Amino acid sequence: MNESIFIAKDVVKQYGEHTALNKVNISVPKGSIYGLLGPNGAGKTTLMRIINQITAPDSGSLLFDGAPLDKHHISEIGYLPEERGLYKKMKVGEQALYLAQLKGMSYTEALEKLKFWFKKLDILSWWNKKVEELSKGMAQKIQFVVTVIHEPKLLIFDEPFSGFDPINAAIIRQEILELSEKGTTIIFSTHRMESVEEICDHIALINKSQTVLEGPIDEIKKQFTNNSYEVITASKELNENDYFSILTKKDTTFRIQLKEGKKQQEALQSIVAAMEIISFKKEIPSMEEIFIKAVNNA
Amino acid sequence: MHKIWLIIKREYLVRVRKKAFIVMTIVGPLLMAALLIVPTYLAEESQELRNIAIEEDGFEFTNQLEDTEFLHFSKIPQEKATLLKEGFTESNYYALLHIEENNFTLYSNQQISLSVSNGIENQLEKIIEHQKLKAAGIDLTILESAESTVNITTKIISEDGNTTNSQAEASMGIGFICGILIYMFIFMYGTMVMRGVIEEKTNRIVEVIISSVKPFQLMMGKILGVALVGLTQFVLWILLTFAIATIAELLFMDVSSMTTELSSAQQSILLSEISSLTGGINLAQIFLSFLFYFLAGYLMYSSLFAAVGSAVDAEADTQQFVLPITIPLILAFILIQPIMENPDGTLAFWMSMIPFTSPVIMMVRLPFGVANWELALSIGILVSSFILTTWFAGKIYRTGILMYGKKASYKELWKWLSYKA
Repeated sequence: MNESIFIAKDVVKQYGEHTALNKVNISVPKGSIYGLLGPNGAGKTTLMRIINQITAPDSGSLLFDGAPLDKHHISEIGYLPEERGLYKKMKVGEQALYLAQLKGMSYTEALEKLKFWFKKLDILSWWNKKVEELSKGMAQKIQFVVTVIHEPKLLIFDEPFSGFDPINAAIIRQEILELSEKGTTIIFSTHRMESVEEICDHIALINKSQTVLEGPIDEIKKQFTNNSYEVITASKELNENDYFSILTKKDTTFRIQLKEGKKQQEALQSIVAAMEIISFKKEIPSMEEIFIKAVNNA
Repeated sequence: MHKIWLIIKREYLVRVRKKAFIVMTIVGPLLMAALLIVPTYLAEESQELRNIAIEEDGFEFTNQLEDTEFLHFSKIPQEKATLLKEGFTESNYYALLHIEENNFTLYSNQQISLSVSNGIENQLEKIIEHQKLKAAGIDLTILESAESTVNITTKIISEDGNTTNSQAEASMGIGFICGILIYMFIFMYGTMVMRGVIEEKTNRIVEVIISSVKPFQLMMGKILGVALVGLTQFVLWILLTFAIATIAELLFMDVSSMTTELSSAQQSILLSEISSLTGGINLAQIFLSFLFYFLAGYLMYSSLFAAVGSAVDAEADTQQFVLPITIPLILAFILIQPIMENPDGTLAFWMSMIPFTSPVIMMVRLPFGVANWELALSIGILVSSFILTTWFAGKIYRTGILMYGKKASYKELWKWLSYKA
């Protein structure tokens, strides 16, 4: 495993009586697209706010690129919060310049980069419009640009696709993948499991203020497979034997489970010997199933 | 530091460019100039000589009513009086005084000015008084010789023995204007800060911004930006008021005749009169104190207003928190009058020490003269309390701006104070 851009160790954050984070550990590998998952109220937003130094943890240690997280790291992180907006009465260009400068860019640098991005996303004609004249999706595009404009090492997106139509969502997804290819690490928080599957390579699942799962997606999936297979045969007469038991049966489709210590080949051979097989497929859990299982087991 | 400048700049420019600001900046001085000019104009108008007709059986009152600078009385016969009542406009009479026994009625075709009816009333009262005194057998000449007028000259002796004429009227005027201005500015710009905070919260831009700057920087940037808007408006008002007043004076008053009439000697007398009118009042001290109390009072109150703005989701919910903040300010406003009457009393002293009322009350007291130690103490208390309130407000603010859709209670606010940043 390559080194981590961000590590949180035993992070605790309390709001009065309420514990938002209870000894949370995550470690985000450099260059990864890291899915931060969890049900509502699990503490994801608090964790993202801690990474952005909007709020500080009560205890625990935070490392950014090997050094303790510090004020100057602000310009190396870009954050697109779930609750996001713009000044309605301000002009688009002026506002984008303001927000870029707040991230520490100089005026000329900000202007140059903004023009580049506005051209790239084909929104240059909005430069002198007021934000209130734009649709929600248009405003989201500007927020995306403002988040990535200072070319940070770490980008944090909280529900980046909400408010976008499918076409614009695809454009933004493409931009995120491009940024990732250039080496930017991306933390990606969403409730839409299909997009996690599509773009993340690592995940952390936070539930009830604690990290429940963390690691590369394929390893986690392996962890959640329980040696079950979906078998479709030409006959309806499939019976349990020494190698497997039958979980469910529907017409000629069976879900079977290997018995303790038995191998896939043994089970397959035992079926082939008896009948013709139309399909034999290992059941790999979807992220959605893993999510529900992990949350319910906790 | 660079970032807080960016915030101040944005907050300032956004507000100064607003139409409402430009309109207020122009309309304000027009109103003030009108307040200065209209009374003088009205006073001049009332100075014209008015003919009053008298309708009376006999000459009992007619003979005793004396013409004054502005009133000329003349008796007219009964028939003419009836005619006059039907057609005032053609006659050169302003009003008709009808006397019957001790009943007096004043007729006119227009609203009778208060000064005219008061003038006539006073004369009639005196006449009747004299009649009664005579009937009681009191010699009028003795009464007249007993009448006396006293004019007290008030002088203030300073510690080095110099005396200056004290001018209560001028002190009152200056104190009143300064107190009202500070009250107005704190209210206007304090709520402007609060609305700005609510706007950022409802727009949901606040989380984007505080991922780049500290919440305290955002709050202070806004407060200072709005303070500059206030100062800009104030300076523009003063300049424009003077400009408008000067232009109006040139237009409405015959300046050429004034300047030729006034010889240089007279002019110097006029100047010395003006300086004696404000003599004993340290204008430089008042100006500097005004700037200080305006800024410090505004800083203290606006940080509290910012905290309120951060705790609510909409302006409609601010009421319960704004009220306790504004009560001391309104109290100070109400107490301006009594404190002007007794500027050195216990109430005045304490009100100019308590930081929530001192910006208004100290400005009311200052023109009357305040001991240096009192002024220093008041300034010291105000400075330390605005540091305290901004610290306190900052803690509420940084938690409040990130609480969406949660209605805050006082208990909740208290808890926020204990949260770690």
